[in-house]
Amino acid sequence: MGCAYWQGFRAGLPFVLVVAPFGLLFGVVATEAGLDIVQTMVMTVLVIAGASQFAAVQLLSDNAPTFVVILTGLAVNMRMAMYSASLTPHLGKAGLGKRALVAYFLVDQSYAVSVAEYAKTPARPLPEKLAFFFGSVSPIAPLWYGFTYIGAVAGKAIPPEYALDFAVPITFIAIVAPALRSLPQISAAFVSVAVALSLAWLPYNSGLIVAALLAMITGAAIEKRLEQAHE
Amino acid sequence: MNDTSIWITIIALGIGTFLIRFSFLGLLGGRDLPDWLTRHLRYVPVAVLPGLVAPLVVWPDATGGSADLARSLAALAALAIGALTRSMLGAIFGGMAVLYSVQYFM
Repeated sequence: MGCAYWQGFRAGLPFVLVVAPFGLLFGVVATEAGLDIVQTMVMTVLVIAGASQFAAVQLLSDNAPTFVVILTGLAVNMRMAMYSASLTPHLGKAGLGKRALVAYFLVDQSYAVSVAEYAKTPARPLPEKLAFFFGSVSPIAPLWYGFTYIGAVAGKAIPPEYALDFAVPITFIAIVAPALRSLPQISAAFVSVAVALSLAWLPYNSGLIVAALLAMITGAAIEKRLEQAHE
Repeated sequence: MNDTSIWITIIALGIGTFLIRFSFLGLLGGRDLPDWLTRHLRYVPVAVLPGLVAPLVVWPDATGGSADLARSLAALAALAIGALTRSMLGAIFGGMAVLYSVQYFM
């Protein structure tokens, strides 16, 4: 079991290179947007989901209404319902406390390495599968908290000519660009941009919600068409 | 933006995100999501983030809302680097490097 933990730990280790700068950037951006250090840290520890945290902080600094901020942040995290569903056959029999802990630490990286491992060795006993999962998140979560803190403290010292206002859009583009691999993905992104820009005049940033819904429908519809064309 | 709305956002986002993660593991057991739903959920990131970003690129706050060459080029660079190399960090650093270079030379 210790062996499975360290196996997971090694699988999670390369993500340190992504998580540390990402956490640092979040700390900087959140304090620039007007959150104090306590608020920044509570958010990072409670939410522990980078993209939604960036989205929430951006909308907060745009003075969007609170319900739009929350709705957008949660929408960004809806993909994790899929993660939760796909881990359930492997970890669903664990005790409630352990499942709650898995849920809290269910981030993109721990999900990706664990689901790949479970696919390779589906017959492993449950304690080993759990140990692997917690191993994979062990190098990631503490660094996420720690580097957010460093960024929050250092952020105040960074002068405006570094144009950090633009770090958030750049970060979002960087998150999305690698996912633009297929026609449905590219079409969804295109619809999202076109609708969001043309509905930018709508109050309460509600154009974004409309844009996201239409983009999801577009992506799913094109995916279905392509599948049917293949059959 | 006031303290109360920041705290409400933090707590609601924290609890909501946990419930999303806990959903199937905790409550729904081994039941599968219906096909049509997973098909739509797959597109959530590419449906939300580009729409959030586009106005920030086209009408950046820092320039008072008028389009800006350095920021537009930086956004295009990040998009191109991310799409071609599949590297998130490469795209962030590349985009910021273009932003600084263009600002420096203009």
